[in-house]
Formats: sequence, C-alpha cells, structure tokens
Amino acid sequence: MSTENGLSKRFEITGGDFGKAGSISTKIKEILQEIGINSTIIRRTAIATYEAEMNVVMYAKKADLTLHLTPAEISIRVYDEGPGIENIEMAMQEGFSTATDEMREMGFGAGLGLPNIKKNADRFEISSTPGKGTALDITIYLNQEGKK
Amino acid sequence: MTLKEIKKLLQAEVIYGIDRLEEEIQWAGGSDLMSDVLAFGKPGILLLTGLTNAQSVRTANIIDAKAIVYVRGKKPDKEGIKLAREKEIPIFSTKYMMYTACGLLFSHGLPGVSKIQNNK
Repeated sequence: MSTENGLSKRFEITGGDFGKAGSISTKIKEILQEIGINSTIIRRTAIATYEAEMNVVMYAKKADLTLHLTPAEISIRVYDEGPGIENIEMAMQEGFSTATDEMREMGFGAGLGLPNIKKNADRFEISSTPGKGTALDITIYLNQEGKK
Repeated sequence: MTLKEIKKLLQAEVIYGIDRLEEEIQWAGGSDLMSDVLAFGKPGILLLTGLTNAQSVRTANIIDAKAIVYVRGKKPDKEGIKLAREKEIPIFSTKYMMYTACGLLFSHGLPGVSKIQNNK
C-alpha cells in the first residue's frame, strides 16, 4: 500500500452493483481521515470520488479506481470498461443525462456528476473511447494556498 | 436549532442518535435527489429526504451532513441504519411530508443552504 512516493491503493468497482455503490468512496474518506488530511479537502475528494463511483455503477461494466496520495496532492484515477462517452462536451454540461429510471430511483442521474467532479477537483482530465471505456484523472492539491 | 427542537417541531421518531439531541444544526436542505445533495449540500447540514436506500446515508456521510430526517413516515433500509450507526449520523423519521417538514423548520428559524451560498 505504501510506496516511496506516497500511498497508493487500488479498488475495483463493479458496474450495476447498486447495493454497494458508494462504499469505496466511503472507505477512501475513512483512509484520508485516519491520515489526518484537512476536512475540506477530504470532503471535496469524497464527493468527486463518489460521483465517479456512481457513474461506473450506473453505466460501466467495471472499473479500477486508484487512490494515490503524495505530500503535495491526492490523485484519484478511475479507468472503466464500458460504453464510453460519445460527446464529452455535452456530458460535462449540467443537466445532461442518459440515466435510466432505476438510476433515478437511487437518487442519481440528474446530469450533475461530471460537472460536480470538475467543481471539486483542482485538476480534472477526462478521456473516453466509445465502446471501450472512460478514464478520469482527478487531482486535489493538499496545499490550497493560491488555489481554489 | 438543536436536534431536540427539530425532533419536537417535526414530532419525529429518533431512529438513531437519541444521545445526540443537544447538538446544534445551523442549516438544512431537502431533496430526494442525491445528485443535488452532492452538488449543493454543505458541511453540517440537516438533510431532509424521502429516499430511504443506503445511498441517502452514504451521501450524507460524504458531504459531512450532521443528521438526516426522513419525511412522510419513511425510514431508511437496514443497510442505511447500519451505516448511520457506523458513521454516527443521527437519523429521524417524521410523518410530515417534505414541504411541510421544511416549512416548519424554516419558519422556526432554521435557514436553507441557499442562505449560505447567498452570504458568501
């Protein structure tokens, strides 16, 4: 789990497993709390991770989620195997959603997920190949001086 | 407003957190849509919701909500109650519907999260 360059932990998210959806983000929040990270930074990380986790559960087959923590930043990478996103620009707009009724019954699918990840991240990169999957790179700086 | 006052105003049943009634709540927000709660919720809020699955508690935990009130006599599922205990998030159930529950709290001086945003 620990490396010379900080802490790394890998999790697997199963698509369609609505019962467990959110449990990895909850775990990551616990890890960051144990380390003693600032609560605002934990909250931003937890929200971004939760949104990413829900997206995998709702849309993808499975995904690898990696938490990487260095003295400078928290990085969350989510690489999924799934349908991918045809139009990222559109998916980044608040309110755009392709959610099903089941997703909405879970309280999700309002088209706020990706914009909310971007809002909570200091750096956010997304790339997608339709038919293959989507990759998210979320970075939150630990030193917030001069940052958002 | 304390959780005790909230319990009284909403004639609510305490599902978990009977020993936490003296705690103060400064803001509240009501939604069944967890996407909205994640996007607009603030730390320390009281969350009013009609969504009873475990996601309601997971979301409350993620945004650092202080307590949850389930409206219209609803109660969270077993998984939700278990998580609330683990995360020590007090949970209540009121027979009032969402609009009335929110209205009662607001009219007795508990502001909404939008007030925090406006005061920024």
